[in-house]
Amino acid sequence: MSAVLTALVFILAIASFFMARFRAQAISGGVPSALHSRPSYHGFFSFLWVFLVGAGFLITISVASNWHMTSTLLSMAEDGLPDAPYIEHQLIVSDAQALAEGRIASKSDDLRQAISARYADLANVWIWVKVTLVAGGALIAMGVTQRTVSLTWRARNHSEAIVRLVLAAMAIIAILTTIGIVGSLIFETLNFFENLDWRIDKYLFGTTWSPLSGVNEGKMDADKVGAIPLFAGTLMITLIAMVVAVPVGLFAAIYLSDFASRRVRAFAKPMLEILAGIPTVVYGFFAAITVAPLFRNGGDMIGLNIASESALVAGLVMGIMIIPFISSLSDDVINAVPQALRDGSYGLGATKAETIRQVVLPAALPGIVSAVLLGFSRAVGETMIVVMAAGQGANLTANPFEAVTTVTVQIVMLITGDTEADTAAGPAFTLGFTLFCVTLLMNVIAQRIVRRYRELYD
Amino acid sequence: MEQIQSKISAKNVQVFYDDNQAIKDVSVEIEDKTVTAFIGPSGCGKSTFLRCINRMNDTIDVCRVQGDILIDGEDIYDKRVDPVQLRAKVGMVFQKPNPFPKSIYDNVAYGPRIHGLAKSKTDLDHIVEQALRRGAIWDEVKDRLDAPGTGLSGGQQQRLCIARAIATEPEILLMDEPCSALDPIATAQVEELIDELRTRYSVVIVTHSMQQAARVSQKTAFFHLGNLVEYGDTATIFTNPQDPRTESYITGRIG
Repeated sequence: MSAVLTALVFILAIASFFMARFRAQAISGGVPSALHSRPSYHGFFSFLWVFLVGAGFLITISVASNWHMTSTLLSMAEDGLPDAPYIEHQLIVSDAQALAEGRIASKSDDLRQAISARYADLANVWIWVKVTLVAGGALIAMGVTQRTVSLTWRARNHSEAIVRLVLAAMAIIAILTTIGIVGSLIFETLNFFENLDWRIDKYLFGTTWSPLSGVNEGKMDADKVGAIPLFAGTLMITLIAMVVAVPVGLFAAIYLSDFASRRVRAFAKPMLEILAGIPTVVYGFFAAITVAPLFRNGGDMIGLNIASESALVAGLVMGIMIIPFISSLSDDVINAVPQALRDGSYGLGATKAETIRQVVLPAALPGIVSAVLLGFSRAVGETMIVVMAAGQGANLTANPFEAVTTVTVQIVMLITGDTEADTAAGPAFTLGFTLFCVTLLMNVIAQRIVRRYRELYD
Repeated sequence: MEQIQSKISAKNVQVFYDDNQAIKDVSVEIEDKTVTAFIGPSGCGKSTFLRCINRMNDTIDVCRVQGDILIDGEDIYDKRVDPVQLRAKVGMVFQKPNPFPKSIYDNVAYGPRIHGLAKSKTDLDHIVEQALRRGAIWDEVKDRLDAPGTGLSGGQQQRLCIARAIATEPEILLMDEPCSALDPIATAQVEELIDELRTRYSVVIVTHSMQQAARVSQKTAFFHLGNLVEYGDTATIFTNPQDPRTESYITGRIG
């Protein structure tokens, strides 16, 4: 039904566009300059109004009708079975709706039949209300906007104002979503800390992480939520990843931007970008199934004891994953260094190496630093590789050959485990919030640096 | 006799960008301690020819140079010549001021450092000061040598670039429209500077301004469509040109 109505609104809006445009053309009498706005703008203005009124009515009435029907039916179910829990009331209502629509219900009894009949009545009324209001609203909008078409009517300015409002509304949706997510993170984090009797220090500086083993009547044991092993594991793996990714990515970028011939570049740059397109889950099982045994066996041969799940392997593969980030961003900033600076250096008798080291890299440094920071926050938040290759035990160690765990891995474990969601959510949200703060900080620093860089050549 | 006097000697030079011929069979003798101006309409090849003299065209993939260019009798396109060393001897100042994003001091010290011209810190300070003095910018920047070179005004930046070029003690200074981005006051300062540089270097300047060519140069070469149409004393070219195309250009009828 809603789909039909949406289509109807759309058709009306398009019809309105052509009608308004035609009217405008007719009024102008073949002299386009007589109109303030070009005919298409008159049409567009009319289209916008019809579409927005129709769509707005459709959404509002759908929400209102759903709310009204559900609350009416639920209260009927409550009256019929006052002692049953809320969840059963919901079941009865959904059964009744199924009966009314001819689908299969879990059970059919008098109460369900009664609710079903009421639902059919209500739905019938609401459909007519919906059709009348949506079609009526759209038609009225159509009529009104047709009448506004005149030589002096500023249709262009008005439709631009409407478009501006629509764009602003979209931006607000994005912003509100972000605020909502951050708000829920903060809320759950505060809940968790309250649960710990505000022993935030135990969370930040404790060295034992086993939150679920210390749960006692919904209360967490503050001594078992020390996140230091997770922070240490995350940091170690991230550092290993950066040690791999920064030199390889940076040197690849220098090669691509200043040494590679056009043919090599045309081939190599897309190849690196393909590397960025590999899903992280593929890197994850590549690390766990291919790289980890290789390292374990190799370690055995030279007498090193490398665990089959180790920080080294996870970090290494994560580094490979980040290479294209760093190389692609660095390549862009190195290319953005004006050719005039290179020419100036060559003109003074500098070699290519001297030019790159002393002129190009210093000029591109802020951009490179921000590329590295972006790679860093990417590594901190990376999950799939570490889940599969780094291990799960919260093991506080400085040895990269042993299994460690990271913040992201523990969030996965908490949420996918069979613990009650209420208990697991606290530590998971708190870890998530911590991660969010770190990556936010990194991104802010990176953006600051990029901004400084931009000022350099303007 | 004349062969010995000329600093730069070009013989039958042809330059191609892919299949486009930018320079057609140009031969010219450029004298030492003289300002030589290259004039001509846009796209006539004067900048391309200038960039042949210090092999800056090497940095462009599709560019090919044929013919001989000799500096002090030595073929600079010979396989044994290292373009890096050549460019230390043949300095260049570009159309747009291009100071490095470094301090004023480091900008000027860049060349001497990479060529190891200074034996000590005091030595380097001395070289930098001399170059800035000869670039006629010392008085304006002596109190802020640590400030970034990019923070100077356009005219100051260009004089800084000239100081940077002469700090490496070149024998020849190539200038590719050095005043096109400058206002008349800065232009006058740079022109005065060029006149002083003549006592030590051979200066080759590409310019769009015929007045500038007349003011600063002793010799003028007129390029048109890749050909060297006329070359001679500046006074002669501007008062008594031999070729009708030269006359049309300097009187403003073409170009």
